[in-house]
Amino acid sequence: MSAARLLRTTAFRQGAVYVALFGVAVVVLFAFLYWRTLSLIDSETDAAITSEITALNDQYQQQGLVGLIRIVTERAEAHADGGNLYLLTQPDLTRLAGNLERWPAEARQTPAGIVFDIVDEEGGALRARARTFVLEGNNRLLVGRDLRQRANLRNLIAETLAWGLAATIGFGLMGALLVGRNLLSRVDAINRTGQRIVRGEMQQRVALTGAGDEFDRLAENLNSMLDQIERLMTGMREVTDNIAHDLRGPLTRMKARLELALLGQQDPAQQRAAIDQAIAETDRLLSTFNALLAIAEAESGAVHQTMQSIDLVKLAEDVAELYEPALEERGLALETRLEPCPSVTGVRQLLFQALSNLLENAMKYTPEGGTVVIATQPDGAGAAISVADTGPGVPAELREKVLQRYVRLDAARSTPGSGLGLSLVAAVAKLHGARLALGDHNPGLVVTIAFPHGIKADVAAGPAAQPVAEPTPGKLAEAPAS
Amino acid sequence: MRILIIEDDNDTAAFLSKGLKESGFAVDRAATGPDGLHYATSETYDAMIVDRMLPGMDGLTIVQTLRAKGNATPVLILSALGQVDDRVRGLQAGGDDYLTKPYAFSELLARVQALLRRGSPGAAETSIKVGDLELDLLARTAKRAGKPIDLLPREFRLLEFLMRHAGQVVTRTMLLERVWDYHFDPQTNVIDVHVSRLRQKIDKGFAPAMLHTVRGAGYRLSPEPA
Repeated sequence: MSAARLLRTTAFRQGAVYVALFGVAVVVLFAFLYWRTLSLIDSETDAAITSEITALNDQYQQQGLVGLIRIVTERAEAHADGGNLYLLTQPDLTRLAGNLERWPAEARQTPAGIVFDIVDEEGGALRARARTFVLEGNNRLLVGRDLRQRANLRNLIAETLAWGLAATIGFGLMGALLVGRNLLSRVDAINRTGQRIVRGEMQQRVALTGAGDEFDRLAENLNSMLDQIERLMTGMREVTDNIAHDLRGPLTRMKARLELALLGQQDPAQQRAAIDQAIAETDRLLSTFNALLAIAEAESGAVHQTMQSIDLVKLAEDVAELYEPALEERGLALETRLEPCPSVTGVRQLLFQALSNLLENAMKYTPEGGTVVIATQPDGAGAAISVADTGPGVPAELREKVLQRYVRLDAARSTPGSGLGLSLVAAVAKLHGARLALGDHNPGLVVTIAFPHGIKADVAAGPAAQPVAEPTPGKLAEAPAS
Repeated sequence: MRILIIEDDNDTAAFLSKGLKESGFAVDRAATGPDGLHYATSETYDAMIVDRMLPGMDGLTIVQTLRAKGNATPVLILSALGQVDDRVRGLQAGGDDYLTKPYAFSELLARVQALLRRGSPGAAETSIKVGDLELDLLARTAKRAGKPIDLLPREFRLLEFLMRHAGQVVTRTMLLERVWDYHFDPQTNVIDVHVSRLRQKIDKGFAPAMLHTVRGAGYRLSPEPA
């Protein structure tokens, strides 16, 4: 952490500004103190001089010039070391008594008296203020004070001011540097993490100090953002892996078949059959591809702008209406138990596709004569929609597994399907911040998607797609899963 | 009927052009965005097929520009971007239909024909008639050869769509989009079952059969036999 960087920190700059402001405040404070103190001293000095002159005048009235000379001489001797100044002169300014050598020649007249310079014991210049008084008989009296005390006080205040300023600026700058260094080290920690992530260390996270302050909160937010980015990247990598896994095989098969058709001296009918097979393979590939993309879309959470308010009852009616003939054709009964429930926020197309996947699963695995039930009901403050069938169900220990991609239980190997249906449902549920639960329908499977109330769907809503073993809310899952 | 294809991939454009010519259309091709916009504004077309990602100018920008100039030529947008948001954006930009790559040519042809039909007048019609099949759009009733046919609301909408595109092939995904207003790829024969129910109602006991299955493509409603 170089000094130049430290001086450029916001904290230090702000600290410096505050130091300057405090410095000005200190100077103003001392100036005021100085001015008020001095004017107080001056007025007290003036009052003392005035009362002394009055007293001396009284003495003069009572004891005459000789008495006054004695008194002035006594007082002058008492203050031989300066401080109080006395001078009694004849009308022609010839000195009669006092501790001043002569009548001050160059005196400045002020409203309260005169100000003049004297020479002190050590020969230094000293300012004095005094009042003059003309006695009866035109003798003149001067009573004054030298301003030694006043000068001392001024020096004291100036010195204090200097120290005060120095302390203010010193401590202020030191504080600013400390705060700046502290903040800089916190920000540097975040920056370092950021740089390491940029260099490719995606698993790096900003360390928390545990202080619970705003930097910790910032770090927490950054970390959760990074988690989300990492999740998305992992998702993307998975999609890529899955595409490679799922598409490369069939593509290789198709290529081989086409090359074979091209090589052999086969008759046109056989070649045509090879092309037909290749096209059928392409269609399967495309539908797998589309399913993967739909899952990726739901998982990326990039569809928030198409979120709208959705009435689950209406959605259930739509899906029931679409699938009822197909179910009937397979000898399955469709039952709807639609209780009014609060509307949810979501992507209509994706929710419909998720429900379709559930119905297509139910259709695939339920033996003839069975029943498929679509139900909606309030769920706490939110709403839930469920699809139940009377098929073989999914054993409790496998419920988590079937939500993963490409997982098809052994019993289902013989039926067509990509193994992606439930993964899409899980992804859509997660996108909507909804809870996906697989339960026991005794016999059969019940899949419930429960939406929280009023909570805008949030990709960071945590692991929503976890099968729960306890009975799901609503009448369809009364029996606990074994 | 003249169609403009704005598509930068030469193979795709050639494939489309060949297929459309074989189906009786006159076809012009443009390979870049600016070229496409130039053709679209200087010539008159009955429909346009616009790829979404083009060199020089985005396909959506072309459509927006045309719409801003008051050009109402039906546009089918082709795109590799098939997410819900992408579709919505394509249609908001002024596209009349949106087809995600890859697609079957039969699907594209059916949609182009539907677009051409859509462009023709007939806004204030109160009934549709195909052969001896009649649809009263106000009373929401159907008759064939004068005999009333009892239809569920969805069946009525399905029949209405088929009749509006009489003689044309309509695909399953078109039906799911236009009649049910959902866009996805059903893995089972849900649409076929609906169509066969409708067929039971409008063809059973009448001759000739009007609702034909077109193998590998979809359905066609026509008084003439397939």
